[in-house]
Amino acid sequence: MAITDIKQYVHLTEADIEELARELDAIRTDIEESRGERDARYVRRTIQLQRALVVGGRIALLASRNKVAWVAGTALLGIAKIIENLELGHNIMHGQWDWLNDPEIHSTEWEWDTTSPSVQWKYTHNFVHHKYTNIVGIDDDVGYGLLRVTRDQRWKPEYLANPVFNVLLGTLFEWGVALHGVEITKVRKREKTMAEARKDLRVIGKKVAKQVGKDYVVFPALSGPGWKHTLAANAIANLIRNYWAYLVIFCGHFPDGAEKFTREEYENETHPEWYLRQMLGSANFTAGPLMAFMSGNLCYQIEHHLYPDLPSNRYAEISERVKALCDKYDLPYTTGSLMHQYMQTFWTIVKLSVPNKFLQASSDDAPETHSELKFRIREGVRESFGVDPATGRRRGLRTALRELQTADVATA
Amino acid sequence: MPTHGVLSLRGLVARATTPLLPDDYLKLLNPLWSARELRGLVVDVRRETEDSATVTIKPGWGFSGDYQPGQYLGIGVRVGGRWHWRSYSLTSIPRRDKKLIAITVKATPEGFLSSHLVNGVDPGTVVRLAAPRGDFALPDPAPAKLLFVTAGSGITPVMAMLRSLRQRGESPDIMHVHSAHAIGDVIFRDELCALERTQHDYRLHLQLTADMGKVDFAALDGLVPDWKDRSTWACGPTAMLDAVENAWTAAGVRDKLHTERFAIARTDKGGEGGTVTFKNSDKSIKLDGATTLMEGGEKLSIQMPFGCRMGICQSCVLPLESGYVRDLRSGTEHRAGDRIQTCISAASGDCTIDI
Repeated sequence: MAITDIKQYVHLTEADIEELARELDAIRTDIEESRGERDARYVRRTIQLQRALVVGGRIALLASRNKVAWVAGTALLGIAKIIENLELGHNIMHGQWDWLNDPEIHSTEWEWDTTSPSVQWKYTHNFVHHKYTNIVGIDDDVGYGLLRVTRDQRWKPEYLANPVFNVLLGTLFEWGVALHGVEITKVRKREKTMAEARKDLRVIGKKVAKQVGKDYVVFPALSGPGWKHTLAANAIANLIRNYWAYLVIFCGHFPDGAEKFTREEYENETHPEWYLRQMLGSANFTAGPLMAFMSGNLCYQIEHHLYPDLPSNRYAEISERVKALCDKYDLPYTTGSLMHQYMQTFWTIVKLSVPNKFLQASSDDAPETHSELKFRIREGVRESFGVDPATGRRRGLRTALRELQTADVATA
Repeated sequence: MPTHGVLSLRGLVARATTPLLPDDYLKLLNPLWSARELRGLVVDVRRETEDSATVTIKPGWGFSGDYQPGQYLGIGVRVGGRWHWRSYSLTSIPRRDKKLIAITVKATPEGFLSSHLVNGVDPGTVVRLAAPRGDFALPDPAPAKLLFVTAGSGITPVMAMLRSLRQRGESPDIMHVHSAHAIGDVIFRDELCALERTQHDYRLHLQLTADMGKVDFAALDGLVPDWKDRSTWACGPTAMLDAVENAWTAAGVRDKLHTERFAIARTDKGGEGGTVTFKNSDKSIKLDGATTLMEGGEKLSIQMPFGCRMGICQSCVLPLESGYVRDLRSGTEHRAGDRIQTCISAASGDCTIDI
């Protein structure tokens, strides 16, 4: 039933965990102190590039009856929307660039090119998701109130449609994100009143009107007789962005190895353990510089969760240091190719459409979720291993997992 | 001022650029073509003395030239990627000079931005501007008898007043007592001396403190016999202004005195805590250096915006109106013009936040 005692799960001593947190803090300080003109230029140039792509795309689509112009315009606009949502919108609203002290590139001022209003996004994402990451029942990003992504979520008949909902969510991703702001799960649990929900919906409505007005009224109208082609192009550009953002985000928390946690874990959590939860709860995917850029550097999801407000262009260098720490403290660092990570995610979603009784693994030891209890199925696996006497290295979760695999496993 | 037509056109085009403004695209063509944030282009940096310079700026869209002589201008300059904000007195004449504006800045050893403005800013640099503000302004028309008491860079707002008086064609009876360390440190020396030669209503007393010591305001009668009858504008270091205020209060003519203080009272380095004022409700509370501004506001039942309470979500960010605060996580000190995370910031001297 997901991880309840992260200290026990990682098989490190309390002193080790505190030392790890100090080293993670040191990375933050190093980056904060070395932020400067180079980083500022990076975000300014990204903004320039993104706006140039929008202008190019929109101009090309004024001649959308021409096939070449249509394809070029759609592609430019799709790419621009991806950059705007991920590398700019998501990251700026996280406050990654607040240190520039530039009101035009600031978390309090930025509004992004999607139907989700920034004010609600900052609440559900920056606060709820990043503080309560992967705590089943608190973090609404565990399945978005729609999907079953871990067997810790109690099965309901509507989950039979899990694979269908999955495709729908990918297709309508920006609308899903917007509705996420209403926190339907909370409304269902009566933690939020209908009046509050209606107020949120009004805010969403205003934003939707502007977004829809732009993509489906103003620009088609400007294209004159080609309005149908422009309308289709804008819809497809939004679709391209939807699928890509969906892919990037699903690969951040749903591949195997991205752990889930219980409320009890959070209730007794220290700051060093918060760091651990972020590390174990997230998954990266391998990416070259171009793919990293197009993913808003969310291919470095682990680093993003450790330091959500440090500039995204530094995640690559941070990842080298985090990987080194994972080696030093013998912790897993979950990563794989985008396809590999997505296939795991997809398979989890398909499998979990059925109740647990049809599934082989228990929620203590399943591909998508584990708990410290998985080490209890066999007597003799220690709570922590301390330092390896032969090599002098710390031994932690990786050693524990290896022990479990290689040693004879007694049936529980 | 932008006309009504321009504004409604902008609103119309914004239907196509939403969530951005047309300005956000236009500024890529010309940095001054944006009214989202007031901007300006530095067109000239002229040295006044060894350590002071006049920076002439061409304002961009949306800037109103309708300020009053004596008011100050907020200016944001980018250094190392980061925008730093300070305020300096305008020394230009309102609604004149081909719409150019000017500030005069004295580099102080501890003033990182003032040194940068005097020594490091080249023509062509784009700066941010905040609309001119301040109550230290000369009325139009001016009173018949005036006294200006200035010291050091405190001359700057008064220079704007002197220049505006001339331009308006007014010639009130002016007595000017200006203090500077030595003759080479007198900002606008040539202009002041020329004024004294050509305008018989303007008399200047230069107090060079290296040789002559400071002005003794308790014995001002010797310098300006009728000082109690004059409307007075005083600007300079805190010690001088304190002496002036004491003298005017003692003589029962405090209501004839207008002062401008540049420095914000700040606790010594390392000294933390202070009185935090919440601007909109005008409530204030004394906090130690370990209590966050958010906790302080909540103690006063102010509806502080909040989220994670651990410095990661930016839900609580508010503009710092004046004073200094310290980021408890990194130890960084923030000053007026910065936006701060109230959940991880503590007072570092008295400060005001905009809520």
